[in-house]
Amino acid sequence: MKTDDLIKALAADNATVAPPISRTVLAALAVGILLAVAHFYSILVVRSDFASAITHDPRFIFKFVFTLGLAIPAAFLVLRLSRPDGTGGWPKWMLIVPIALLAIAVALEMLTLPADHWQVSAMGSMSLACMKYIPLLSITPFVAILYAMRHGAPSNPAAAGAAAGLVSAGIGAALYASFCIDDSPMFVAIWYVIGIAIVTALGALVGSRLLRW
Amino acid sequence: MRSAIGGDEGAYRLLLSDLSRALRATVRRGFSGISARPNEVEDVVQEVMLAIHLKRHTWDQSKPIGPWIMAIARNKMIDDLRRKGRRTEVPIDGMLDFLEAGGHDDAIHAYDVGRVLTNLNGRNREIVQAITIDGHSALDVAKRLGMTEVAVRVALHRSLKTLAETYQETKT
Repeated sequence: MKTDDLIKALAADNATVAPPISRTVLAALAVGILLAVAHFYSILVVRSDFASAITHDPRFIFKFVFTLGLAIPAAFLVLRLSRPDGTGGWPKWMLIVPIALLAIAVALEMLTLPADHWQVSAMGSMSLACMKYIPLLSITPFVAILYAMRHGAPSNPAAAGAAAGLVSAGIGAALYASFCIDDSPMFVAIWYVIGIAIVTALGALVGSRLLRW
Repeated sequence: MRSAIGGDEGAYRLLLSDLSRALRATVRRGFSGISARPNEVEDVVQEVMLAIHLKRHTWDQSKPIGPWIMAIARNKMIDDLRRKGRRTEVPIDGMLDFLEAGGHDDAIHAYDVGRVLTNLNGRNREIVQAITIDGHSALDVAKRLGMTEVAVRVALHRSLKTLAETYQETKT
């Protein structure tokens, strides 16, 4: 086919243009969150002392600061990396904030807690459940976001997939946090981080395959 | 591009033909080290233009369009170089084999170009050819084939996607 002929075909197809990619991704994010919440209530419940803990227990509150602190910059990353000319930019650096806060929280916990309590705090009571439920609750947002990103054109499919994994893991972990009774920052630094890392790595793997265009 | 997305077909056609010239120069420069044949350059130009067309909703209209176009062109050129790299990875045992491989290369290429259009089924190919080579409008084509104009437009859009996928498949 001659290039001039192709131009005619493309110009004739001008009327068929998809909605802006940012709108598609934001819609998928909203759908993904709703599905994840529904998924959460179908398999778990909010812990019974949620109302008092969320207002009085800084360690419980911090679990949301950390997980949403990862999810929010990751959502901006997804929006940016869906475009061919998108770069990590400021959201990439914003990811340092929750990680730094976690390091500070762990240090404070270690200062206030006697050393012989550390192991109990770090191991918690449900470490395996944590590693299982965070990936499980990430599935619906991940599928929704990946589906939307396939309409995009990421220059780096693995990075784009990792960002999609991270935002999904942040959502999944925030939901799981409202069920989970292990509130120590040491527990979060080990088990939450492992759960989130698994989903992010899987995101990179799936992205590198499915986000090519 | 802004008026094109707004629905101005004439503006879009103008943009595309300017773009094809700019891209041809860019691709030629990008491939300067590997002595690409003119039809190979043209192939990549077409692949980039298809990608720009099918992905134009990923352009952030508040930003300049140049970097966005260059990002797509760079991606497609890298893909193409990888494809070529793989093709030349075939072990070469002697001069005779080498010459034969060179001879086959043209055949493979001609085959690929042919396949781009044969990948479309009969009706879709007819529509694409009527619009491109004969220069008919979607409405004319619809009348002639006894289809609605919308159906012709849908078929055209699908065909373009198929063409883009054909390039993708030759990548693997």
